[in-house]
Amino acid sequence: MALIDLDKISKVYRMGDMEVHAMREVSLAVEEREFVAVMGSSGSGKSTLMNIIGCLDRPSSGIYRLDGREVSRLDRKELAHVRNRTLGFVFQSFNLLARTSALDNVELPLVYAGVPARERHARAKQALERVGLGQRLDHHPNQMSGGQQQRVAIARALVSGPRVILADEPTGNLDSRTSIEIMALFQELGAAGITVLLVTHEPDVAAYAARVVVMRDGHVVSDARQAPRPAAPDLLTAPPATTTTTGNTTNTGTTTGSGPAAAGALPVAPKGASA
Amino acid sequence: MNPLETFRVALRALVRNKMRSFLTVLGIIIGVGAVIAMVAIGEGAKARVEESFASMGSNLLIVLPGSTSSGGARGGFGSMPTLTWDDLRAVRSEISSVRYAAAVLRSTVQVASEDQNWSTSASGTSPEYFSIRSWRVANGRSLLDSDVETSTKVVVLGQTVVDKLFGASADPVGQTVRIKNIPFEVVGVLAKKGQSAMGQDYDDGVFVPQTTFQSKIQGGLQKFLSGTIFIGATSAEGTARAEAQITSLLRDRHHIAPGADDDFSIRNLTEMANAQQEGTKTLTTLLASIAAVSLLVGGIGIMNIMLVSVTERTREIGVRMAVGATPLNILLQFLVEALTLAVAGGIIGVAIGIFTAGRLAAKFGWPVLIRPDVVAISVGFSALVGVVFGLYPARKASNLDPIEALRYE
Repeated sequence: MALIDLDKISKVYRMGDMEVHAMREVSLAVEEREFVAVMGSSGSGKSTLMNIIGCLDRPSSGIYRLDGREVSRLDRKELAHVRNRTLGFVFQSFNLLARTSALDNVELPLVYAGVPARERHARAKQALERVGLGQRLDHHPNQMSGGQQQRVAIARALVSGPRVILADEPTGNLDSRTSIEIMALFQELGAAGITVLLVTHEPDVAAYAARVVVMRDGHVVSDARQAPRPAAPDLLTAPPATTTTTGNTTNTGTTTGSGPAAAGALPVAPKGASA
Repeated sequence: MNPLETFRVALRALVRNKMRSFLTVLGIIIGVGAVIAMVAIGEGAKARVEESFASMGSNLLIVLPGSTSSGGARGGFGSMPTLTWDDLRAVRSEISSVRYAAAVLRSTVQVASEDQNWSTSASGTSPEYFSIRSWRVANGRSLLDSDVETSTKVVVLGQTVVDKLFGASADPVGQTVRIKNIPFEVVGVLAKKGQSAMGQDYDDGVFVPQTTFQSKIQGGLQKFLSGTIFIGATSAEGTARAEAQITSLLRDRHHIAPGADDDFSIRNLTEMANAQQEGTKTLTTLLASIAAVSLLVGGIGIMNIMLVSVTERTREIGVRMAVGATPLNILLQFLVEALTLAVAGGIIGVAIGIFTAGRLAAKFGWPVLIRPDVVAISVGFSALVGVVFGLYPARKASNLDPIEALRYE
């Protein structure tokens, strides 16, 4: 049985007298360890899909099974428990708690899971080390670059050992080189056995996924598997084929990994104005 | 999420906005501080009044002789002796609720030692008087029944008189003082009693047997008692009963027709003390209403700031919900924040109140009594205010839709 199993899910919002059909009988199955990108323009229903998969919202009709359990009819409290134990979220705007250290931010899901303080520290530290921020445990979000903040957010999503990580435009606020680093991290997580669902409107980002689902007007219009573009770190350090470095100007310069010139080696998609 | 964790998160949020948190609870600080200070001072004043009433004597009734009325000029109580020695004996023997009864005959006299003299009040009385006034002898002995029976020329001195005639540290027992030029042997010195509520010095007086008083200091009519009768009732509750019984006994003995005025009057000091306490009670009620109003205002302040805080932290609430906070977790977080604010305000208020009361008391020389129950009630009430006024913002936070909250700018 699929890890995520959506069966004829519809979502209708009421706005005054108007009914907005955000999703129309969408059926989708995602297996364990899959790396899926959901694409679509704004208003296509992809965000609604993510909210429902992420147990932040409930469908108007249809059945959603997560890890074999029907979660489409759970109440707010039970949904909170599912989010806490089974899911991890990564947002476009990072959504870290301000004036709170990286370690405390990452500990947050464990606090709500009732994990004792000592174990919490250890696990949060481990998660931060896993995303390459072992040296910045005490840094506050305003002391970190966008890429580092997103790594903290990924560590936070990882720390409770979730089955699925949901990422909503995780590279939307990052420059292209940092984006590649973040995508590399997601691929790594996928390889480690975590299912990754990614919402994006950039084909370039979707290229790193093994499966691309395209939505339009509340329907799935295409669902295709592909060979994912590798974003392995060693590729980042490879000698550049061209020497263009213009795509790199927004880099804060404090991200871990390769030198600035490396970014030029990769296809730098023209970042859409919609980012 | 355990309670300690919730408290830690709340505390951190409050510390992050120190100034705002402080200003928010200022209303509660002032309210509680004012109450604690006023109650402490009020209790001090009350204790002083009680003390002064207690020093006059416990369960005390004073029977004054009646007034004269000659040619339209009324003389006031005590202007005519209407009480007789037989009345005293009857009161003493016939009324069950009377424990002690003593005649007090008074006159201002000049008292002289070897080298000093002093004008003071001399009282002719019997040994019961000291029991009625709960007045101990510090040195030597009190008056004895035998002194009264045999009209011995002995005197018991008040401390002020000792100071004036012999000096503060002297022991005059066994020495002789002259009252109206008649030598009296000093047999005892009374313990210091201090001042009455009106500022009269109790210790400025000398006491001689009533029989000696009549024969040597101020002659009186044989039958009439030219002074007052001090009564000690058996209990505080018994004073009213004793008053009624004495009234009926004396009216009967004086053959006063029903409807006619008494030819004597009875002062009930317990009732005076109770009246004083009524006044204190009114003051306490007034203070409590001021406290309630200021706490209400403080509570509204807390609610206001908590609502602002919920709006400001909408995204944070969204994030917390996304990573698994239940609505209850969020509700408790904000409720505990409001509660912490209110209780902290209450505690600071108590500290400021105690400090203020101490300063004021030191300045005016009052005793300060901090009542633990008032402190507990103040802090408890602050906590209640925190919960009541924190509930609405906390509910608002916990009812937020996580998607909306995450999207909030």
